[in-house]
Amino acid sequence: MHELSIVMSIVAIAQQEVQKAQASIVDEIEMDIGCLSTIEMDAFEMAWKQGIKQTILQHAAKKINRLNGKATCSDCGNIFAIQQVYEACPNCGSHFIHITQGKELRVKSLLLS
Amino acid sequence: MCATCGCDANGTLTMHEPGHHHHHEHDHQHRQKIVEVEKDVLHENNLLAERNRGYFDAKNILAMNLVSSPGSGKTTLLEKTLTDLKGTIEMAVIEGDQQTTNDADRIHATGTKVVQINTGKGCHLDAHMVLHAVQGMKLKNDSVLFIENVGNLVCPAMFDLGEKERVVIISVTEGDDKPLKYPDMFHSSTLCIINKIDLLPYVPFDVEKVRANALQVNPQLKIIELSCTGGQGLTDWYQWLQSKVLQPETV
Ligand SMILES: Nc1nc2c(ncn2[C@@H]2O[C@H](COP(=O)(O)OP(=O)(O)O)[C@@H](O)[C@H]2O)c(=O)[nH]1
Ligand SMILES: [Mg+2]
Ligand SMILES: [Zn+2]
Repeated sequence: MHELSIVMSIVAIAQQEVQKAQASIVDEIEMDIGCLSTIEMDAFEMAWKQGIKQTILQHAAKKINRLNGKATCSDCGNIFAIQQVYEACPNCGSHFIHITQGKELRVKSLLLS
Repeated sequence: MCATCGCDANGTLTMHEPGHHHHHEHDHQHRQKIVEVEKDVLHENNLLAERNRGYFDAKNILAMNLVSSPGSGKTTLLEKTLTDLKGTIEMAVIEGDQQTTNDADRIHATGTKVVQINTGKGCHLDAHMVLHAVQGMKLKNDSVLFIENVGNLVCPAMFDLGEKERVVIISVTEGDDKPLKYPDMFHSSTLCIINKIDLLPYVPFDVEKVRANALQVNPQLKIIELSCTGGQGLTDWYQWLQSKVLQPETV
């Protein structure tokens, strides 16, 4: 499961920020995880529990924003919601679409003290 | 923590970094501070992938990332290719495997330079591992580097290794709905190989349906049908490969 290595990357980012800010602990972490990112939320939760043990995130409250999929059609310019990366444009049927939202996997903010 | 590249975002090599986290409850002054980080979690990997890519570009190396479910035929395709094209192109291989060196041994037997990366529990290669593998390889200019990823259609999709081409392999003994089940892998690949077509008479696998499903996920995907063991279609693959090997540009 790649979720564990994702969690480890998140820990690394948090650690860098804590050092930069000369803080000592992360009280809260806010993340954007798009619905089209290949993150399984169940696996992520399990990996989270395991991965944050004895790290700077150990006691952090976790806030996750799930962002819905959105795309723009490259052929007709239509902007529409998608559930799967392979959906066609509902207006013209084109498969040449550009995903504008939903692939996010990002540490948005940290509350440090 | 890796001294060479300063990267500590590597999940499979370093699990925890001790020493940073001894907090004492009474230290809390409750002066809190919000930091707007806005950082992509894969940022470190992507940076390292770009470094790999720059190295490959500078040496005119064609790097290919081969991905598939376990058993689809990645190693067999490589064995065949390394044998058939020997002497025409300079080739080298990085083998990703969780435990064994079986695949690397098979590649070694063809007389090709091969480096094994054991990922342990890790279910994918990442750019950091490839960077270190490449450091020891002394790759030749104008060569081809095949990277066999860990057998898995989910996790490797997220990790750019710095490759130029991503080749997804599916065999006819798998379901023809694979592209729809694993859209990210087909979405991010440039070539799809349908392998084991020698078995088509014996399995309920609809090639046209797979093609349609794959193209629905990625309209730009190139698709080649072949049989590693029977030999059908291999010339299409070799032609595609040759067409991607860039002649060095003279200034
Ligand atoms: N019938 C048939 N078997 C194949 C073909 N290509 C590979 N295989 C077999 O499939 C099995 C798995 O192949 P391997 O290359 O190890 O798959 P990998 O896990 O993707 O590296 C081996 O037993 C191969 O001999 C093919 O074109 N036809
Ligand atoms: Mg193999
Ligand atoms: Zn459209």
